[in-house]
Amino acid sequence: MAERSFAKEILSLRLGAGDDFCGEGILAVTKALLQSGVSYVGGYQGAPISHLMDVLSDAEDILNELGVHFETSASEASAAAMLAASVNYPLRGAVTWKSTVGTNVASDALANVASGGVTGGALIIIGEDYGEGSSIMQERSHAFAMKSQIWLLDPRPNLTSIVDSVEKGFELSEASNTPVMLELRIRTCHVFGHFEAKDNQKPDFTLQEAMENPQRDTERIVLPPANFLHEQEKINQRWPAAIEFIKKNKLNEFLGGATGVQGLIIQGGLYNTLIRALDLLDLSDCFGNTDIPIYVLNVTYPLIPDEIVGFCADKKSVLIIEEGQPDYIEQAINTILRRADLQTKISGKDVLPMAGEYTGQVLKNGLKTFFAITDDQEEASLPAVDAMNTTLPPRPAGFCTGCPERPVFTAMKLLERELGPAHVSCDIGCHLFSILPPFNIGNTTMGYGLGAAGASAFTAPSIKRTIAIMGDGGFWHNGLTSGVGNAVFNESDNVLMIVDNGYSAATGGQDILSSRSKNKTRSTRHRIEDAVRGLGVTWVRRVRTYDLADMMETLREALTTKQKGPKVLIAQSECQLNRQRRLKPIVRRMLSQGKRVVREQFGVDAETCTGDHSCIRLSGCPSLTIKENPDPLRQDPIAYVDNTCVGCGHCGEVADVAILCPSFYKAQIISNPSAWDMTITKVRQAVIGFFQRKSEKSLRLRTYQS
Amino acid sequence: MIERDRPRPLSIAIAALGGQGGGVLSNWIVTLAGSAGYLAQYTSVPGVAQRTGTTIYYIEIFPKAKALGQEPVFALNPVPGDVDIVIASEWMEAGRAIQRGLVSPNLTTLIASSHRVYAISEKSAMGQGIVDDKSVHEAAQASAHSLIHFDMEQAAHETGSVISAVLFGALAGSKALPFEKSSFEETISRSGIAVETNLAGFNEGYRLAKANLADATKTSEPEMPPLEKISVHRDDQLSQKVQQIFPKSCREILMVGTNRTLDYQDKAYGAFYLQQMEDILTLDDTARGHRLTQTVGRHLALWMTYEDTIRVADFKIRKKRFDHIAQETGATQNQVVNVVDYVHPRVEEICDSLPAPLGRALMSAPRTKRWVGRRLKKGRRIQSSKLSGFLLFYMISSMRRWRRGTYRYHVEHARIEDWLARIKQTASSDYDLAVEIAACQQLVKGYGDTHARGLKNFTLIMGALDASGPDAKLASVIRRLRDAALADEAGEMLQLELTRLNDAHAE
Repeated sequence: MAERSFAKEILSLRLGAGDDFCGEGILAVTKALLQSGVSYVGGYQGAPISHLMDVLSDAEDILNELGVHFETSASEASAAAMLAASVNYPLRGAVTWKSTVGTNVASDALANVASGGVTGGALIIIGEDYGEGSSIMQERSHAFAMKSQIWLLDPRPNLTSIVDSVEKGFELSEASNTPVMLELRIRTCHVFGHFEAKDNQKPDFTLQEAMENPQRDTERIVLPPANFLHEQEKINQRWPAAIEFIKKNKLNEFLGGATGVQGLIIQGGLYNTLIRALDLLDLSDCFGNTDIPIYVLNVTYPLIPDEIVGFCADKKSVLIIEEGQPDYIEQAINTILRRADLQTKISGKDVLPMAGEYTGQVLKNGLKTFFAITDDQEEASLPAVDAMNTTLPPRPAGFCTGCPERPVFTAMKLLERELGPAHVSCDIGCHLFSILPPFNIGNTTMGYGLGAAGASAFTAPSIKRTIAIMGDGGFWHNGLTSGVGNAVFNESDNVLMIVDNGYSAATGGQDILSSRSKNKTRSTRHRIEDAVRGLGVTWVRRVRTYDLADMMETLREALTTKQKGPKVLIAQSECQLNRQRRLKPIVRRMLSQGKRVVREQFGVDAETCTGDHSCIRLSGCPSLTIKENPDPLRQDPIAYVDNTCVGCGHCGEVADVAILCPSFYKAQIISNPSAWDMTITKVRQAVIGFFQRKSEKSLRLRTYQS
Repeated sequence: MIERDRPRPLSIAIAALGGQGGGVLSNWIVTLAGSAGYLAQYTSVPGVAQRTGTTIYYIEIFPKAKALGQEPVFALNPVPGDVDIVIASEWMEAGRAIQRGLVSPNLTTLIASSHRVYAISEKSAMGQGIVDDKSVHEAAQASAHSLIHFDMEQAAHETGSVISAVLFGALAGSKALPFEKSSFEETISRSGIAVETNLAGFNEGYRLAKANLADATKTSEPEMPPLEKISVHRDDQLSQKVQQIFPKSCREILMVGTNRTLDYQDKAYGAFYLQQMEDILTLDDTARGHRLTQTVGRHLALWMTYEDTIRVADFKIRKKRFDHIAQETGATQNQVVNVVDYVHPRVEEICDSLPAPLGRALMSAPRTKRWVGRRLKKGRRIQSSKLSGFLLFYMISSMRRWRRGTYRYHVEHARIEDWLARIKQTASSDYDLAVEIAACQQLVKGYGDTHARGLKNFTLIMGALDASGPDAKLASVIRRLRDAALADEAGEMLQLELTRLNDAHAE
């Protein structure tokens, strides 16, 4: 079960010709796949393309009707390898992942499929996680397209253009026997817009037909001598075929004025930002009506030399607007112009920054330099704003309220006081938030599932062991072999903490092999412990994360035991975000049926809290916050649990195990209490009331309180 | 040629924290615009940023009628100087939107909730870490074309609604969008989810935004100083003493202090407190506004009411506490609330509560101490709303009458005496230093390791004081050391400052 339900979105996948599809960019892509007669879809979830995967996971009926096979791949490599189905057969297939991280993982299979080439259209949908809000290293997928010779589409960010790109992408792939990448930036994936839908298409050729009539062509297999042939084919046949198709179908667009001494060449995905920047400089209206010639590269690889030469021929200077680095397009265009012996001056990274996201402000500044605009008045910064800027506290991402991963790092922090700090190799996943305050734990992260491998060099004689962290998502992605298998084989003596929260949580709560829930269409409940033991690890412990004392004890043992070999600790508790989503409807139903429901919430006694905030430094729960001290004599804010508390109990555990203070309490709120609850409560209240009145009287007599 | 007065899209940026319903609000605005004949687009960046970080939702709308069949090219990101409306669901996030340049004096309506969701750096400070939000107020006043700000979290709480509904109401009230109030309400009704409470929140937001606009010059009133809340004077010896002997500027704090010591122990204890304060007053200086009496009055009361097991147990059983918990949890009459307390007494706490000779003996008998300690390895969960737990706490709190005989009492009062002696010794020669010494009590707080750490830092600073010769700048040195002690848990900053001080002495 994913983070969101897509029931409503699934309905829009059924829209037919002429209907208005209204929704998110990545869902428009999903619909476009069905309109293109795709036979199979695979991928690995991750922002910003998770929703494509999630909606198809929920759309079993539609997929069955159309005969489309959808697979939640084990990794991007698995997904990319799926494209092998399009090598021998006229099957259209699409795979998707987050880039560039996913493309890194997939590149082995991508290189192979690009070498042999494809018969059926093969489309790779890339969620380019670059710029604001990005959680990965800042690189370009462009490099992968170039190195494997895969065509790269970067359409204008409106739903009609995106959907056209999907359909044309398949055709281009088939016309040039080359896989095609469709690159969508993060905000484009999440843009809400509309387009005119078409009917869904059943594939002409089915997977079943292929399986029952296998075709074989040794020339498509990457092995000598065919691999030498592939390189020649790429250059002599596929490339010209692609150029021809792109030109003929006008995939790139010439917009704006027809003539002018200055022109712009831009990646399609940046077009809207460009128009806004021009608009702000009074060079365009908001519909994109402008006198400035703009050559829009909806295909950023390969470039079309004829079109570029034609565009530049009558211009004195042309600005290349290309996000990210290195400046592949600018370099290529310079080469094209040199070969054509054109003297048009090429601007690009000279007026625009080499690195960083091209936002409206950045483009506006670059355009001002390019067009030598000087009269535009920039607002001077206000002194009050300058004064404020230094005071704003940063707000780093962190673990959710009640997150079961928090106790893991609390335990590590507490043990640090006892055993000294250890080298900690982190992984990709929510648990990576450990590197941020308040935990400040972790030295490196080397990629998804690579937490254990990232510590593998540290197999020297030492009085300390390293700790590697790995999530259950990363474990099944590749950590099982790259981490655990590697540690067993190389006789590592270090500790591996596998955080098993039942979902691929950071990517949106998708099910994985070890998920505890039953899934109608996937095989779940395969235990991590069995897999680890199967590889030959003998020291394996499972711990419930919220049991902080046990968590610490087990980790202490892992770090200090005399036993040799890798120590694997599986920290288990359900992802709280998903747990709440699972429980909320159940609780609501029980309440409306008048059934007894116990809700738990934690709190801090204001009178006994002295405002040291050790509890916060060891927990960091969003619901554990501070407020003004109600005590007129004390000046430090007190800890306070707000009403978003989900009652996981970690703050209480911390206060207990770290022996902080007696201020934490758990309140159990019983809705629809039973007759027994009511009776016993009345009895208790009577007795307690008697004593309370007694001590209140004594208090009244000696103090000034009324 | 491009016309200067051409139509442009209306743009709205929403800065929200994860879980504050920024997506819901965006959907409402887009739906509202659509039903009013506008073309609309919205984007967001969900994902990691949403896990408790901030997300910016961005919306652009354009009237279909003015588009004349053309499709406007909507931007995907807000551009500074081009944002008509900025909505911020938290005050520092409003500040961040201003920092990003999204709020322009000639254009932008800023609608922001003035409540705070504290950042981790503010929460995890070892003392007062809350950022003063005055600078955001000033920046907002200076940079917004029009500003609507009030505590929307509270408005949501009061109407049983959510902050997104209040923000939507404030947006309607701001008149920054060309739509009628009824269209806003229809949007909520048509969504079909929690319509009643959302409408209540919406209307409250609408009302408060209008009021806010009507009285734009008025800034939020400063809160009443907390001291005033307590001074319920009664005509008796002690309160008369406070009124008669002490200058006006000290009375309030001394009333609170007296009351606190009375609450803690008994009349004699309160009288003892005032007796000590009288001594301090004789050393004080009117010209300096009696800062010494005020500071010692505050910290002596805090120290004298140190948190021992008796004190904690006493708080745990008060009726006020149970009422407060019921209120905090939002429990209704038909619900039952049980309270479970998390406590972890150590052998030290046991010693503290024992008669002084016994406590001292146990503290200095390592083997017995370890034996007891092993029995106290695990924390206790006390069911305070059940008879067993309540009566246990009641029993402990009743030990109040023997408190003066406990080991802890002797230890703490010896420390207090020492501290007071230092203050008195210094007051005449270096007034500021005496005040700073008094304020160092702030370090000694909490329980267990926290208390031990604070006491250690306090002792280190007093040690440094003893090692220093007479120096006009000592007061500022002590202040710096105190700040350093609160900078980190491991005491690294304090150690650094102490080393620096030592080096300075050596030179």
